[in-house]
Amino acid sequence: MKYLDEFRDGEKARFLIKEIETLVSGMTLPADRPIYLMEVCGGHTHSIFRYGLEGMLPKEIELIHGPGCPVCVLPMGRVDDCVSIAENPKVIFATFGDAMRVPGSKKSLLQAKAEGADVRMVYSPMDALALARKNPDREVVFFGLGFETTMPSTALTILQAEADGVANFSVFCNHITIVPTIKAILDSPGLQLDGFLGPGHVSMVIGTAPYEFIANFYKKPMVVAGFEPLDILQSIWMVLKQIKEGRSEIENQYARIVPDGGNAAALSAVSRVYELREFFEWRGLGSIDHSGVKLREGYARYDAEQKFAIPNLKIADPKSCQCGEVLKGVIKPWQCKVFGSACTPETPLGALMVSSEGACAAYYQYGGVKRYKEAV
Amino acid sequence: MNVAPFINTGIHTRKLGKVNVQTVTLAHGGGGKAMKDLIDDVFVAAFDNRVLAPLEDQARFDLNELAAHGDRLAFTTDSFVVDPIFFPGGDIGKLAVCGTVNDLAVGGATPLYLSCAVIIEEGLSVDVLRQVARSMATTAREAGVHIVTGDTKVVQRGACDKLFITTTGIGVIRKDRVLGVDNAKHGDVVLVNGLLGDHGAAILCARGDMELDTLIETDCACLHGLIEAILAAAPGIRFMRDATRGGLATVLNEIADASQVAIEIDEVSTPIREEVKAFCEILGLDPLYLANEGKIVVIAPPEQAGAALAAMRTHPLGVGACMIGRVGQGEAGRVTMRTVFGGRRIVDMLVGEQLPRIC
Repeated sequence: MKYLDEFRDGEKARFLIKEIETLVSGMTLPADRPIYLMEVCGGHTHSIFRYGLEGMLPKEIELIHGPGCPVCVLPMGRVDDCVSIAENPKVIFATFGDAMRVPGSKKSLLQAKAEGADVRMVYSPMDALALARKNPDREVVFFGLGFETTMPSTALTILQAEADGVANFSVFCNHITIVPTIKAILDSPGLQLDGFLGPGHVSMVIGTAPYEFIANFYKKPMVVAGFEPLDILQSIWMVLKQIKEGRSEIENQYARIVPDGGNAAALSAVSRVYELREFFEWRGLGSIDHSGVKLREGYARYDAEQKFAIPNLKIADPKSCQCGEVLKGVIKPWQCKVFGSACTPETPLGALMVSSEGACAAYYQYGGVKRYKEAV
Repeated sequence: MNVAPFINTGIHTRKLGKVNVQTVTLAHGGGGKAMKDLIDDVFVAAFDNRVLAPLEDQARFDLNELAAHGDRLAFTTDSFVVDPIFFPGGDIGKLAVCGTVNDLAVGGATPLYLSCAVIIEEGLSVDVLRQVARSMATTAREAGVHIVTGDTKVVQRGACDKLFITTTGIGVIRKDRVLGVDNAKHGDVVLVNGLLGDHGAAILCARGDMELDTLIETDCACLHGLIEAILAAAPGIRFMRDATRGGLATVLNEIADASQVAIEIDEVSTPIREEVKAFCEILGLDPLYLANEGKIVVIAPPEQAGAALAAMRTHPLGVGACMIGRVGQGEAGRVTMRTVFGGRRIVDMLVGEQLPRIC
């Protein structure tokens, strides 16, 4: 496939791996541990497993799979809220596919659908708006989910609904922002991290400037990375090079997609429609200040939180679940007490086991439980 | 096809009933004249054979005739609920015949007879039903099988989705053939007869949910001719299975598990159409799990793999056949893939349905 195969070339990969090995062999390594690099984005985690990159890297490098899977950081209480909206007989609840299997405290959206709730899988918020046009006697609620990547398309859909006067459409806004989350991770005690692979799609919207504090204040290097396997290897090489040379900068490997200044049209739609929430609850990470957005007052009529009585209960994560520690890189997925036993992709306890971008599901699916459990 | 106004039942010639309304109603499932007319007009006329024509409560076969084909009966059943019922390259009727014919053939059986039970949602157009029945008849005729018994039910609107079909098939297995999912051995070779994932992609596109226009057509086909050719050239074949729901990945896992062997496939050699790859990229799907309706996975002993592959390639349904992997020494029950990138990944069973990733 044009523009994809070029980035999946095995020969170039072998060359890059050699370069990475050369770089690592000339580095002063931490005494008691490998070099820890965090890929922030779930899309990277998926690629790393899909192409078997972990097994190709020298053992001195360990990848920590970060919080950038919006489905994985969705707290149980929010899933319960979704189910409660979806079970309203007037409602058609439209959602992206991955969110359907995330467990709530009682059930997932998939189970609610089986029990009669009208839950539809859509590929874009515009599909949800089309549903609203087709079903004028029903209220269509779109589950707005994701980081800055999906935020603009939800915003534009709301603006479109407003322009066309579609009144039976609203958004249950659970969009989250990446920067406060990275900050929360950097502030967590006991964290050992040497550098970041920055999120490619988020950066396509916000550009690279918002990450400067990571380099300036926390002195950690970051390379905004593409999602193809060669992108990831090249980005790893770039982060290692910074570490070796004692630099901490924000570099952009994914310049073919990510302009340093971001996407002005998308940013303007985002700031027109949303405002920051004071705080937002994350699964595994707890409450993080200013990490979520809600609709501005002027768009209240498209805000499902205003239109429906939403229980908005805080549900604690299951005690046995160690999603938070996995997200922060404190433990590896297979070191979690319930990984592969009580928590599997069929019966996920933690959200990291649900989405194929979740670190636990990725290890389970592509890595094999037995191998890791035996290694412990 | 011309609708026969009369049919010869072997003893008498009787006039076939005719439906004069546009849509199927609950009356057509009521057991009375309306139902008999529908069965005559739609099914008996299309399937056109002497075993079915008398409309006995059961089809009757001559045991000696069956025994001439081999020493064991093969018996299988499958329900078809595909949505939409017409899609690029096929329809639910063709699928219902091919699916059951293939399930018989992969066991080394000669497919002979099918049943056809339909559940119709009231309101379905009679013409649509005729079209599906004709498609079944054409597919069956080309495959050399007869549809010899059936059942017709009509349910109220919403109780089923347009049309569900269940076909049951009987075939006979030749004396010398022993194929089994637990037969794979170290060193065996994994073959497929062509491009994977077409059917799944075609159906997803035809549903129109994602407004993607593609030219991908279903690969739906009866494979018993191809299978005969393979078994004639390579009688030592260990096992064959059509890679339907769950795709290649699922069949390989079933083999690895039942035979307690490791299977490694090579991504570079695994044939997938560019359009299907692109379709999967866009939606975040894995083509290894997409359904096929005209593809078989063949496990061949190494010394017969070449002959099997050559036989496949000379058959019209196996032109794109290739070797995609081997049964190896790794962890028993495990399927892995050497990626285009040179890495190695595990190809596990799918947990539920494939859900597209959001970003």
